[in-house]
Amino acid sequence: MAGVEENKKAVLEMVQADGADEGCVTFVLNEEDHTLGNALRYVIMKNPNVEFCGYSITHPSESKINFRIQTRGGLPAVEPLRKGLNDLTVVCQYVLNTFETRVKEFKETQEDVMD
Amino acid sequence: MAAPMNNVEEIRNRVILSEFGVRNVHTTDFPGNYTGYDDSWNQEKFEQNFRINVIQMDESALEFDMVGIDAAIANAFRRILLAEVPTMAVEKVFIYNNTSIIQDEILAHRLGLVPIKADPRLFEYRNAGDEEGTEIDTIQLQLKIKCTRNPRATKDSSDPSELYLNHMVYSRDMKWVPIGNQADVFADANIGPVHGDILLAQLRPGQELDIVMHCVKGIGKDHAKFSPVATASYRLLPEITLMEPVEGEKAERLKRCFSPGVIEVEDCGGKQVAKVVNCRLDTCSREILRHDDLKNLVKLGRVRDHFIFSVESTGILAPEVLVSEAIKVLVAKCQKFLGELDSAEME
Repeated sequence: MAGVEENKKAVLEMVQADGADEGCVTFVLNEEDHTLGNALRYVIMKNPNVEFCGYSITHPSESKINFRIQTRGGLPAVEPLRKGLNDLTVVCQYVLNTFETRVKEFKETQEDVMD
Repeated sequence: MAAPMNNVEEIRNRVILSEFGVRNVHTTDFPGNYTGYDDSWNQEKFEQNFRINVIQMDESALEFDMVGIDAAIANAFRRILLAEVPTMAVEKVFIYNNTSIIQDEILAHRLGLVPIKADPRLFEYRNAGDEEGTEIDTIQLQLKIKCTRNPRATKDSSDPSELYLNHMVYSRDMKWVPIGNQADVFADANIGPVHGDILLAQLRPGQELDIVMHCVKGIGKDHAKFSPVATASYRLLPEITLMEPVEGEKAERLKRCFSPGVIEVEDCGGKQVAKVVNCRLDTCSREILRHDDLKNLVKLGRVRDHFIFSVESTGILAPEVLVSEAIKVLVAKCQKFLGELDSAEME
């Protein structure tokens, strides 16, 4: 049904103040909370081209966050967001690989002790 | 004794537990905050510093150290473990007969909280509004039990477990009823409650339960029954620094201020000298602050990027699998928004 598609809330929305450039954007991340919000804020704040990055939970009964990015030198705010998401993905993948190898190693040493 | 840290390094890397408050709580190593430091994100630097050590692991519990990562990301893993790693749990309870003392809704709630052993990765989420359920998104369980008098009970017995049969209903009485091809697909999976000895209800002769349950896939954010962990938490590694040598009676008293094994008194050329042996065992109690002559001799802190994770599974999935799944959930979140950005750009 087409109607269902339309009623479905977008996952990501962009809000800009009138007259503001594309370096100052509030992204609305629906169905997200501190879990992604704070982790993403951390990696984006690590970007030297970002002047400000922060997020807020609009209301406890609304499951969305307002994620604000302001950049230096007119850089579109979408760029640090994309870089942040990419960096966070790479970090997670590295953590996952490290964790799985260490768990495997631990299991092997435990088996050696058993033998 | 560890060399005292340079002041800026301390602010960046340690949380200080002082007498009247906790200092340096927040992460401050962002670009532009410190001259002489390059704090911009650097994956290579991260990979050099990052390490994981598994401390202890069995079927239900896991303890490991995650070092060289920020609290924002470590906390995301912890939060996902609690609320966003999916499991299967009883969601729909069809009560055909319940003549027991326990009310339908209370019984249904109790059934919901029973951990169900089934690999959630092999199932799909049930669509909203779907009442029926299919073999790919539903596990059906049945609880059909009737209490009767025990004909072989002795005349003058007053013990219910001798007088009655089936008067205690346990989770092991919940029997799996395969739907469609599930009997073949999950032949070896042994689907059912993780623990068989959870008491669900008590009956008396003539009372009976006739219940069919549908288990669906869900996440802890929706209802705590879907949470795959009993607990998932982390603490920062404590650090105790002696600011000057502590000897004699003071050393003995200092030792007693901390958990056993944290500080030992050693014989050093005839003098009894206190030495920090194992900070990890410390509980960060504030006992030392009650001794006015000792409290200025030590510095209590925590290492900002050393997380001691402890994950206890409910038994549905092994704890190490849960951690892996949690990390994958965070990756999936990032990918979801990256995909969204790309599709927005196309329009």
